[in-house]
Amino acid sequence: MDTLLEQIENGTLWQFPGGVHPPQQKSLSNHAPIARLPLPEKLILPLKQHIGANGQLIVSKGQTVLKGQALTQPSGNWSLPIHAPTSGEITNIAAMPSAHPSALPELSIILTPDGKDTWIPLTENTHIDTLSHQALIDIIHNAGIAGMGGAGFPTYIKADSQRPVEFLVINGVECEPYITADDMLMREHADQIVKGIEVMQQLLTPELILIGIEDNKPHAISAMQQACQHNKKILVKAIPTLYPSGGEKQLIRVLTSKEVPSGGIPADIGVLVQNVGTLFAVSEAVFAGKPLIERVVTVTGNTIKRPQNVWALIGTEIKHLLDSQGFEPVDAQRVVMGGPMMGFTLPSVRIPVVKTTNCILAPDNTELAEPGEEKACIRCSACADVCPQTLLPQQLQWFAKGKEYDKLEDYNLFDCIECGACSYVCPSEIPLVQYYRVAKAEIREQKIEQVNAERAKVRFEARKARLEQEQAERKNRHTRSPSRAAKPAAEKAKVADALSRVAKKQGEQSAVQAAIERAKAKKMADGSLEPDNSEVVLERAKRKEQARNYKAQKQTAEVNSNDNKSAVAAAVARAKAKKAAKVSETNDAGDAPVNPPAHAVATEKETATEEDPRKAAVAAAIARAKAKKAAKVSETNDTGDAPVNPPAHAVATEEEAATEEDPRKAAVAAAIARAKAKKAAKASETNDAGEGLANPPAHAVATEEETATEQDPRKAAVAAAIARAKAKKAAKASETNDASEAPVNPPAHAVATEEEAATEEDPRKAAVAAAIARAKAKKAAKLAQANEAEVNNTDSQPIRGTIEPPIDSIDAEQPATEVDPRKAAIAAAIARAKAKKKAKEQEGNDPS
Amino acid sequence: MKLTMASSPHNHSQKSVSKLMITVMCACIPGILTQAYFFGFGVLIQLIIAIITASLVEAAILKLRNRPILPSLSDGSAWLTAVLLAVSIPSLAPWWVIVVGIVFAIGMVKQLYGGLGFNLFNPAMGAYVLLLISFPVQMTSWMPVDHLLASPISFLDQLTIIFTQTNSTGLTLDTLRTSIDGTTMATPLDTVKTAVSQNLTVSEAMNQLQFSAYAGLGWQWVNVAYLIGGLYLLKAKVINWHIPTAFIGALALCSAIGYIADSGSQAGSLFHLLSGATMLGAFFIATDPVSACTTDKGRLIFGASIGVLVYVIRQFGGYPDAVAFAVLLLNMAVPLIDHYTQPRTYGHGASK
Repeated sequence: MDTLLEQIENGTLWQFPGGVHPPQQKSLSNHAPIARLPLPEKLILPLKQHIGANGQLIVSKGQTVLKGQALTQPSGNWSLPIHAPTSGEITNIAAMPSAHPSALPELSIILTPDGKDTWIPLTENTHIDTLSHQALIDIIHNAGIAGMGGAGFPTYIKADSQRPVEFLVINGVECEPYITADDMLMREHADQIVKGIEVMQQLLTPELILIGIEDNKPHAISAMQQACQHNKKILVKAIPTLYPSGGEKQLIRVLTSKEVPSGGIPADIGVLVQNVGTLFAVSEAVFAGKPLIERVVTVTGNTIKRPQNVWALIGTEIKHLLDSQGFEPVDAQRVVMGGPMMGFTLPSVRIPVVKTTNCILAPDNTELAEPGEEKACIRCSACADVCPQTLLPQQLQWFAKGKEYDKLEDYNLFDCIECGACSYVCPSEIPLVQYYRVAKAEIREQKIEQVNAERAKVRFEARKARLEQEQAERKNRHTRSPSRAAKPAAEKAKVADALSRVAKKQGEQSAVQAAIERAKAKKMADGSLEPDNSEVVLERAKRKEQARNYKAQKQTAEVNSNDNKSAVAAAVARAKAKKAAKVSETNDAGDAPVNPPAHAVATEKETATEEDPRKAAVAAAIARAKAKKAAKVSETNDTGDAPVNPPAHAVATEEEAATEEDPRKAAVAAAIARAKAKKAAKASETNDAGEGLANPPAHAVATEEETATEQDPRKAAVAAAIARAKAKKAAKASETNDASEAPVNPPAHAVATEEEAATEEDPRKAAVAAAIARAKAKKAAKLAQANEAEVNNTDSQPIRGTIEPPIDSIDAEQPATEVDPRKAAIAAAIARAKAKKKAKEQEGNDPS
Repeated sequence: MKLTMASSPHNHSQKSVSKLMITVMCACIPGILTQAYFFGFGVLIQLIIAIITASLVEAAILKLRNRPILPSLSDGSAWLTAVLLAVSIPSLAPWWVIVVGIVFAIGMVKQLYGGLGFNLFNPAMGAYVLLLISFPVQMTSWMPVDHLLASPISFLDQLTIIFTQTNSTGLTLDTLRTSIDGTTMATPLDTVKTAVSQNLTVSEAMNQLQFSAYAGLGWQWVNVAYLIGGLYLLKAKVINWHIPTAFIGALALCSAIGYIADSGSQAGSLFHLLSGATMLGAFFIATDPVSACTTDKGRLIFGASIGVLVYVIRQFGGYPDAVAFAVLLLNMAVPLIDHYTQPRTYGHGASK
């Protein structure tokens, strides 16, 4: 058995299934040489003539330009410049009907030729082997060359393919009836085309170069064979005339027996296809220094007196081409850009020739009969017999009519190349291709809607869950107060005493936290890591007071122990929420991370806010860390899945253990944990590592706070500060998108929690803290760019967090503090909205 | 200048449904003429009644359904159904047999399902089965070959028999069917079946007058004529080779195996291929695109299954011929077969 390479060299050709033989009509236009047309009165140059981004305008109205001068410069991906096809004045820059089936207006430069046709100075190259790879790519790029076979894919991208190319396939098939542009170009300029091929050869170093030409072009075949005699790597292959053998996938199949995988590109199988016209342009650009400003266009059809190929300047109106060749319109005249099988009818003859225009076909009504009325499908399957992609067009048609989109995808609708062979043979004259186009568009639209609906659903459910929890929270509060009242008076007093002390301490603690959080938020806002001295001073003052309350706090440690169980439950709930978020599709990357915390936070609040604001803070911190992580995980692969959950449990367990046992030991443990976390954070350098570690510090904070505050507030504060700094660092190390999201929320939560605690005990301090928080929130609000409208979005847990606690302890509060939480809440909401927006943007940028 | 807009492709092969239908009807001509030659002109009379009835029924139902009458009528599908049913029933069957059949075929089997393209079953075969079950006597009263008749019947006689069930001299169909030797003749398939059931061998059965070398006298030529018409359809690319080849191949194979296993009670492959409606079924009936499979693999399964069923029913079933039953049974299986025989689309699997 010969290898594939040997088989190809021995002249083996393969077949693709199906195909049709429409009347060729090539002899209309392939007798006369390619003509030169007089300069048109004006040229319309759309900025976008290829697949990819527009170039940037670098000329202005009224400016005089020379032939070959660049009018736009490439900017962004796949962007190509356009050039002045002749010298003259730019008389306008406006939106003009485009050379597209929709004819939607496209920004175009209108150039009035001065008749002198003066070139800009050209840089010629004689020896390309002295040019570097990049230099050649730049020449091709700056010459504005896009695939001239029809798709208009930027050639410099293909020429710069990073993947190994086994076969370079040159498409000179020209299987569409009527069109002879490539045929005539090969006959007249075979040498230049081969030079262009050799440029590609140097760039891509393929093992073999195969030129595919249909056997109905014997002149072109012999011309090309002669031109590439000197190069043993180039093989000219005459392939059987069969439409659509010029389709990229079909040609690859015929020449190499390979199949481009569905949804893939030829590079996936080591093949690259270039059109002969493109290679001619490459040769002109590299050797003569001429940018792409003209191309061969076949002007043909029975209403044209002198059908032939012409050199048309890019931007020439179709009217000019038709008039120059003698156009006698008939009733219900159709003017087709492209061939009769895949071309599209033009709404007007005032549309310009673009880089992908290969034919202008003006048929009368007998050579291409007007489409008859659509009749019922008799399931004869003539369409399936001719389908080059082995689809079942007849089945697809039923599904398309019934709008069964799932079925359409099952039957591989998206593998349809819209060649039109099925419609061509359909005895019922069903416009099959049209049905497929519509169905494809509808499916695409539906998919977008689905994604949006999914997002809305998640949001709604999060909101529902939150409202239910709110309800439950309120209920719990009411049911618990009587049980408290039932306790013996002495014990009650004792407990109340203890509680008040705890509250006092908590106030201190959270004030410290608030300070730190503020510092953090500020730093985030500034984007700097430098510490803020004023905050530190404040902290120190707080710590002193905390030390005084140390003893009292120790006694009350047990009071909270019962609540640990609920904390565990909360942790589990949070873990679940997180998992759910991950399960949700990756498309929702921006969405999922926003919601799960809502659940988590809600759960925590329920258990924690009623007794221990600190815990709430801890929970919030965990939730935040998790949110951040979830965001990252959903963006990348799910590799971080496993390690995410355990810590949540671990924290819960630690809390339990630590509070019940020896606080000191716990403190030691916490310290060790902190040290570890720190080390890990430092070790992390890459984004991934940063992600993985984003959690531990947060947990560490949780653990430390729990244990340490009971024993040594100072340590706790320090630990918390370190942990937080670490978390921040991790966040920054991770991608900017995440950084923006995660840090925005946490302060909001934190502020909410702190205030809650602070108001109960030390109104003044709380007021100060709240004021600072407000200032910060304001700052955050300012940073949020005019997106306050989004505040009405559903996830606004902090509003709850802040509003409810004051109700709980309303008697102890001053009116001022009641106001503050609300403001903070608003600020938090704004911050969240911002985060959400970021997430959305991030999603929008996602190429998928 | 106002230009006309249209979606691609802008060219068409100029194939049309009515051209397809007319081609199929033309391909029936050799078979019809052979039938007329051997079994009298009755078949032509039946044809005319059938086509007129079909046009009227189709027009009436289209009117009831508020559909444009002329485009549907002119596609020729109703006429083809009429032709196929007319050649399937005994040539001297009473006129109301074909009328009932056509009303059922067009009205029920075709239009009630939604008209051309939507019918699940082959209309001609649906009607044939209805007639066979409802009027077994009329539907099995096939004439023997003309020259075996005791008294040859004129064209006028056939006409009056069809419309009045007696000829000009008052003889009924049953009397007329009596052959030279004074016995009433069944079709070759029926004869063999009856003979085998009476413990005669097939070769003994085939010694009777109405047999020639390979199969029934006359019948074998009718089948050959339909085969020729079918080959023309293949050549004209109106039908694909899959269904006829699979049908004939499966029938030949089954009967060959049967013959080898028990040559006494089983007729050979040739007998099966050239008897009854084999060739008409293989090229004209099973290939009805609307009710047949649409994938190549599916068509092979479809055709082969019909072939096997035809053999099984002929050999072991209660009816002498089986094409109509086999086709209808497989019509039911079409959606299933189509579902499981999707071809591999370019770029899916294999080369990955």
